[in-house]
Amino acid sequence: MFDWIQRIADWFVFDLLQLEKGQHLAEALNFFIYDTTKILLLLFVIIFLMGVINSYFPIDKVRNFLSRNKLYGFEYLMASLFGVVTPFCSCSSVPLFIGFVKGGIPLGVTFAFLITSPLVNEVAIGLFIGLFGLKITAIYVVSGICLGTISGFILQKMNLERFLTPWVKEVLAKAQKEQDRFVVEEQSFQQRLPIIWAEVVTILKGVVPYVIVGIAIGGLMHGYIPEGFFEQYMSKDNLFAVPIATLLAVPMYSNASGILPVVQVLVAKGIPIGTAIAFMMAVVGLSLPEAMLLKKVMTLKLIGIFFGVVGLCIIFSGYLFNLIL
Amino acid sequence: MRKIIKILGTGCPKCKTTTALVQEVVQEKNIDAEIIKIEDIMKIMEYNVLSTPALVIDEQITIKGRVPSKKEIIALLTE
Repeated sequence: MFDWIQRIADWFVFDLLQLEKGQHLAEALNFFIYDTTKILLLLFVIIFLMGVINSYFPIDKVRNFLSRNKLYGFEYLMASLFGVVTPFCSCSSVPLFIGFVKGGIPLGVTFAFLITSPLVNEVAIGLFIGLFGLKITAIYVVSGICLGTISGFILQKMNLERFLTPWVKEVLAKAQKEQDRFVVEEQSFQQRLPIIWAEVVTILKGVVPYVIVGIAIGGLMHGYIPEGFFEQYMSKDNLFAVPIATLLAVPMYSNASGILPVVQVLVAKGIPIGTAIAFMMAVVGLSLPEAMLLKKVMTLKLIGIFFGVVGLCIIFSGYLFNLIL
Repeated sequence: MRKIIKILGTGCPKCKTTTALVQEVVQEKNIDAEIIKIEDIMKIMEYNVLSTPALVIDEQITIKGRVPSKKEIIALLTE
């Protein structure tokens, strides 16, 4: 599928710049051009597609659907699936949380949404296809959805309402299956397109610098680190690798799009894929800035429990992937 | 008539961009308007928005969850 990009990269490095095949610099540069072109293209396509879905299925509809329908246990899965198609901005997490709770949606279901939405987002999917291929991407997406569903379910069973901040409890007490007069915007695709397009441009602008720096660092490492270098330090048998990788990932949130390309090189050089997936899920899904924002609605204890449960599920999936992949 | 423009947002970069854009338009087009930035989450929730930033003109929610373009703001304020 991407042969033509490889040909462009080959032509540029070996014909135009006259660099010699096999040279470290030439190989690194070739890898950089190939990867950047491919990933930017994929990011563009995925962000655009998600933008279209979201335009027809905005968050208000999701809320109304979840609060209106009795789903007999499937509500966690549905919330998680909705999380995938809804772009997530950590600055919206508080209004979103309150809005869900106000609509009578159980806390655990709200959590399921809050977990999957940042974890499986358009940027992560685009990067994953470009860096790891479709199979690993599918595994990541499916496990992200399961992770949200299961964590949401566990969190619901823990009866955490008592750990909300007082004013949220008040909101909860007054919660009703409130239905806003949700105005369905009857817009044609032509009318929607400029709005979707503007979003695509904004998102791309935000991540492109990180992606390019990440690929550049990855490219350098790719050329200079010998194959299988990490196997001696981080083999599948090392039981501490997965939890350590997960913990290391939490503070790296803001640079997720720059870190994924580097992780891809680490995997190529021998870090087990389960350990890498756990690391990446924690980078994307557990963010400190989000935790800080959530302090307005949750006590520190609840934030701790929330992150703890999600963290444990991530570590568990890391071990699982190391076993089966 | 003086318009009351409210920008709802908890202080994220997108909300700041929106505020700056609205201020720009109001100045350029010489619109008689009062711009109020609402950062208190309890007040924001009274408008029942799930995603910020949201642009409220004369108590009408017009745009939510994204930064509007300058063109859109001009259209909303001059209609």
